[in-house]
Amino acid sequence: MTVVELTQSLNIAAPELALAVGSMVLLMIGVFAPKDSANSTVTGLAVALLIGVLGWMVFFDEQGTAFGGAFVQDSFAYFFKILTLIGSIVALVMSVGFAREEKFDRFEFPILIILATLGMMLMISATSLLSLYMALELQSLALYVIAAINRDSARSTEAGLKYFVLGALSSGMMLYGISLIYGFTGHVDFASIAAALSGEERSVGLLFGLVFLLTGLAFKISAVPFHMWTPDVYEGAPTPVTAFFAGAPKMAAMAMLVRVVTDAFGSVTGDWQQIIIFISIASMVLGAVAAIGQNNIKRLMAYSSIGHMGYALVGLAAGTVAGVQGVLIYMAIYLVMTLGTFAFILAMRRKDEGNVENISDLAGYAQNSPLQATVLTILMFSLAGIPPLAGFWGKWYVFLAAVEAGLYPLAIIGVVASVIGAFYYLRIIKIMWFDEPEGKFVSTAGELRLVMGLSGIFVVGYIVFGGPIAAYAENAAKALF
Amino acid sequence: MLLTGLGAAFFYLFAFVAIASAVMVISARNPVHSVLYLILTFFNAAALFILTGAEFLGMILLVVYIGAVAVLFLFVVMMLDVDFASMKRGALDYAPIGAMVGIVLASELLIVLGAQFIGVGQPGSVASPTPDPLVRTNTAALGDIIYTDYVFFFQIAGLVLLVAMIGAIVLTLRPTRPGVKRQNMGQQVARKVEDSIEIVEVETGKGL
Repeated sequence: MTVVELTQSLNIAAPELALAVGSMVLLMIGVFAPKDSANSTVTGLAVALLIGVLGWMVFFDEQGTAFGGAFVQDSFAYFFKILTLIGSIVALVMSVGFAREEKFDRFEFPILIILATLGMMLMISATSLLSLYMALELQSLALYVIAAINRDSARSTEAGLKYFVLGALSSGMMLYGISLIYGFTGHVDFASIAAALSGEERSVGLLFGLVFLLTGLAFKISAVPFHMWTPDVYEGAPTPVTAFFAGAPKMAAMAMLVRVVTDAFGSVTGDWQQIIIFISIASMVLGAVAAIGQNNIKRLMAYSSIGHMGYALVGLAAGTVAGVQGVLIYMAIYLVMTLGTFAFILAMRRKDEGNVENISDLAGYAQNSPLQATVLTILMFSLAGIPPLAGFWGKWYVFLAAVEAGLYPLAIIGVVASVIGAFYYLRIIKIMWFDEPEGKFVSTAGELRLVMGLSGIFVVGYIVFGGPIAAYAENAAKALF
Repeated sequence: MLLTGLGAAFFYLFAFVAIASAVMVISARNPVHSVLYLILTFFNAAALFILTGAEFLGMILLVVYIGAVAVLFLFVVMMLDVDFASMKRGALDYAPIGAMVGIVLASELLIVLGAQFIGVGQPGSVASPTPDPLVRTNTAALGDIIYTDYVFFFQIAGLVLLVAMIGAIVLTLRPTRPGVKRQNMGQQVARKVEDSIEIVEVETGKGL
């Protein structure tokens, strides 16, 4: 690699570079700042850094491949990176009050969030199995630590350990798959793998590698049958951390999955399509059925996110530009709805008991704070996919793409699952509006109100400004084909 | 490429010792012996690397795994009072079932993949063949690319290690724990003889 190539590469990867250098600078600031103000200083600067990078990505559109084809900055990457950054920023902002209450307000927390975000952005841009794996490990390692950040709580440490053990297992499987793919094609970068596959008949060994690779990726987006860790980790981790887990990492893992199967394995669509269809159906059905019996709202959201990953995969199963466009729109809408819902979960706080997590604690929410209950009701309707809210349009795009690709059974099962899934969202609404009040929540912090309001406006207003988002998503999806 | 002659003899020697000592790692009663067998396993693996011409990997294995990791294990085993014997008790009872599952899986893999691995018709899809070690050594070849073509991966690896370090500190360091003795260099340097030594005249037959 010559100096000119390296300079160009660094120029293309400037947002990532800013995060990497910024995290180290913040680490130094955190170490040398006075003990009692270290967390607030570093958190403020971390949010500023992430917003700065987000603004950079929105206003400067520097596209191209870098580092000898291991890294690509295209409109697909831009779309998902913007979503990831939004997820990280919102989760970090929402964590401020909670971290102080629960006494895990250490300055390393925002730094680990930045490093995890960096890993996610590298995952989204990875166009080689090597950079994909390393970026994934960077992200995962930071997430394991973040899950256990409240180290004095047995539940938090258990969540961290469980996530670590299962994550390491899935990484091992993925690495095995990567080594098989490398062995049978002789390449690690996606373009060369695609070229090697298009010429000759694909071998069984490569299929083995593909299955193991998809297993590892399905674990990261918590698709059935690799979902077992999700409810436990979501329940055990501190709530702002759960909000972070449900948003940004899902974006990155989904982007990575879409890029791998369309970029590297675009010529063997039939091989991965059946796997994606299976995990999509399994996730939708399990997400809908298993959530019915849950009492803890964080566990409920875990099953909800499993189900939503299944719906997003419907679009990928179609394997067309419209399908990938559907995935992008679905993930954007999912991110906003999930972050909004978690703002409400963080606001479920009583004066004497602290934070409560049971669904029954929402009883009488409508009498106590009718405005917030209305917004939460709208979010629940949207999660259930009721028109004309945003959640409906997400499902509309993916199911339409599946029908256009001739996958009628998949679309029908998806619609049935979303009807079943509507039950538990409606149950929350029923508890809020019609059950006897148990006690009031303390008044909601300003940043949570802001997130609630913005997500409510997005969900209601999607019908108005959904057009540009869909056009942007289509442009991003075309970058892959 | 099939090994013949002296190469084959050494390969079988190292491979056999590696497997035998790996078995001893999990079956030895004394945990210290287990770690020593682990070192032997690493050592033979390093020898196998050198035999295939990957001298850099072999040396790294020696330095990192034997020099650091295995010695660390040894310290942990010797210093922590963990009753490994009771932890391991019964572990070998599962060996028959484990072996059965392993054999089934291995034979399935062999049935599916065997023909391709063993068959001679496998197309050589080697992107860049390994250069002759006599012309260009492994270490030099790695040195050519690791800071240039692979600088991106190298830097991510560095970040992964940074995260591991931050994680270990976040999860274990408790700066406010009572009773922790800390080194205060200023205090140490500022100590004077009269602060630390007391001269007592002891009378004979009296004691202190």
